[in-house]
Amino acid sequence: MSSHSNYNPTNPVEKWFDERLPLIRFSKEHLMDFPTPKNINYWWTMGAVLAIVLVVQIVTGIILAMHYVPNIEMAFDSVEHIRRNVNYGRIIQGTHAVGASMFFFAVYIHMFRGLYYGSYKAPREILWILGVIIFLLMMATSFLGYTLPWGQMSYWGATVITNVFSAIPLVGTPILEFLRGGFVVDNPTLNRFFSLHYLLPFIIAAVVALHIWALHVPGNGNPTGVEVKSNADTIPFHPYYTMKDLFVIVVFFIPFAWFVFFAPDILGHADNYIRANPFVTPAHIVPEWYLLPFYAMLRAVDFDVLFINAKLGGVIVMFGSILILMVLPWLDKSKTRSGNYRPMFKPFFWLFVLNFLMLMYLGAQVAEGIYVILSKVGTAYYFGYFLIVLPILARIETPKPLPNSISESILDKHEAKAAKKIQIGGEGNE
Amino acid sequence: MTLATNVKNDPTRRDFLYVTTAAVGAVGAAAAVWPLIDQMNPDATVKALAVIEADLSAIEVGQSVTFKWRGQPIFIRHRTAAEIETAKAVPLEDMIDPQTDAERVIAGHEQWLVMVGICTHLGCVPLGQKPDDLKGDFNGWFCPCHGSHYDSAGRIRKGPAPKNLLVPPYEFMSDTLVKIG
Repeated sequence: MSSHSNYNPTNPVEKWFDERLPLIRFSKEHLMDFPTPKNINYWWTMGAVLAIVLVVQIVTGIILAMHYVPNIEMAFDSVEHIRRNVNYGRIIQGTHAVGASMFFFAVYIHMFRGLYYGSYKAPREILWILGVIIFLLMMATSFLGYTLPWGQMSYWGATVITNVFSAIPLVGTPILEFLRGGFVVDNPTLNRFFSLHYLLPFIIAAVVALHIWALHVPGNGNPTGVEVKSNADTIPFHPYYTMKDLFVIVVFFIPFAWFVFFAPDILGHADNYIRANPFVTPAHIVPEWYLLPFYAMLRAVDFDVLFINAKLGGVIVMFGSILILMVLPWLDKSKTRSGNYRPMFKPFFWLFVLNFLMLMYLGAQVAEGIYVILSKVGTAYYFGYFLIVLPILARIETPKPLPNSISESILDKHEAKAAKKIQIGGEGNE
Repeated sequence: MTLATNVKNDPTRRDFLYVTTAAVGAVGAAAAVWPLIDQMNPDATVKALAVIEADLSAIEVGQSVTFKWRGQPIFIRHRTAAEIETAKAVPLEDMIDPQTDAERVIAGHEQWLVMVGICTHLGCVPLGQKPDDLKGDFNGWFCPCHGSHYDSAGRIRKGPAPKNLLVPPYEFMSDTLVKIG
């Protein structure tokens, strides 16, 4: 896609360099001149926020690794040491821990944006699937990182989640011992979790590069869902969207900073300030808030289905809830991308959002009585939305007429506004 | 597959060499990768702790003691006559993972129940070892994580756990000494 480049090096050194490695040309094409739809709204700013938060996590993480000790005797103390003794350690550790939450907050907005505006539809299926892979890697990374402080929640979270693999028939126990490096979660487990926690963010960064590559082949979607048709539909990424994204990043960092400075522990669990004890399980094991919807779905399956027992069933449902996103482009066959033009889709979508929040609430409750029933209802709707609602809507829904182009949709809006003004003005004169 | 061309497009001697070279290379790569994978499995020090001896002489009737084996809690309970009777009286069809009481203990030592104290659901340590712990609906053990109830023979009776509490391999060296592992 060199068509949108207007890079013409005049300086002989730049010219010489460009002929050998067109790095500056590439950057200018993809980071500055890239033609971006002129109508994209604030929901499209989370990508930039996520990129920045990934950098924050990597930088603070590398610093923390300079002071942290991945050994069961010293891990807990070394985290306290970072928070109490290391210069600015309280802020750096707090930023890393809160950063994980902010990362998921932004990624959920990013993903729901994609679900509403049909960002997963052709020709952006690979872009969407890469996003789901990034999400999976994020969940793995955050889980591994949560183990490192070696508190009670760290230890028992690691125990419960590694135990999930023991549900696999026949090879479950060997896999479990392979993952833990022992019969229980112990020092070898902590060591390898630290190593992998350090590795995965760089893999995430690599998949993010592919994600952006896959984005820059068809270009950005937009709220109308109508593809870019001419230059009149686009503006260059820089300075228009670099500045807009920067504004959102600044706004995003305000609550981020509030958490770091005033409530670094509010999103965590008090039990993680108790050193890990393999002989005492906390009364109530709760994952971090961002994993709760999936934990609720894991627990919702407390019944056997044919030869699949409840434990394996729960695991299948939990992994299935994420893997189903990978096939979403082939479940929702509606030709209309944007939810704005799909009157029947809208209520189901917002119910899906509410349902997700309900599952998040339920994941933190005890697995008893009404909570179990609601978890089952929530899980059923989660899967029903993808497997029943979207395929049926694609067949029966009549979408609203689409604008002919992005610029036309903007002009229509302006005309409508102008017409309204005249009307209001007219009324005032009477 | 034909890599080198000849008139008839038949596989040539050179094709054969290409394929065998690739095959040997693949086997070599797999062999080189195996140590990189196997290092993740439990190491020699972990395996070395795989046998312990537990002295039962100080455990009173009705008392439970937790030992450590392979880093896992081992529940040893000196059961009362009443507990043994209740455990024996349960019909098999009432159970999720049917097992008679006799299958859970060693004949002649029915008062001693030896089990891995790890819930078979997702690996939490059930409550019930201390006198004031919750013991669940069947007066045995209760897992607080997801609500699994075990009876006085450590059998799963209610909740999401699929299996009874695991009985480790063990033998009696004397009436008051067991070797676990």
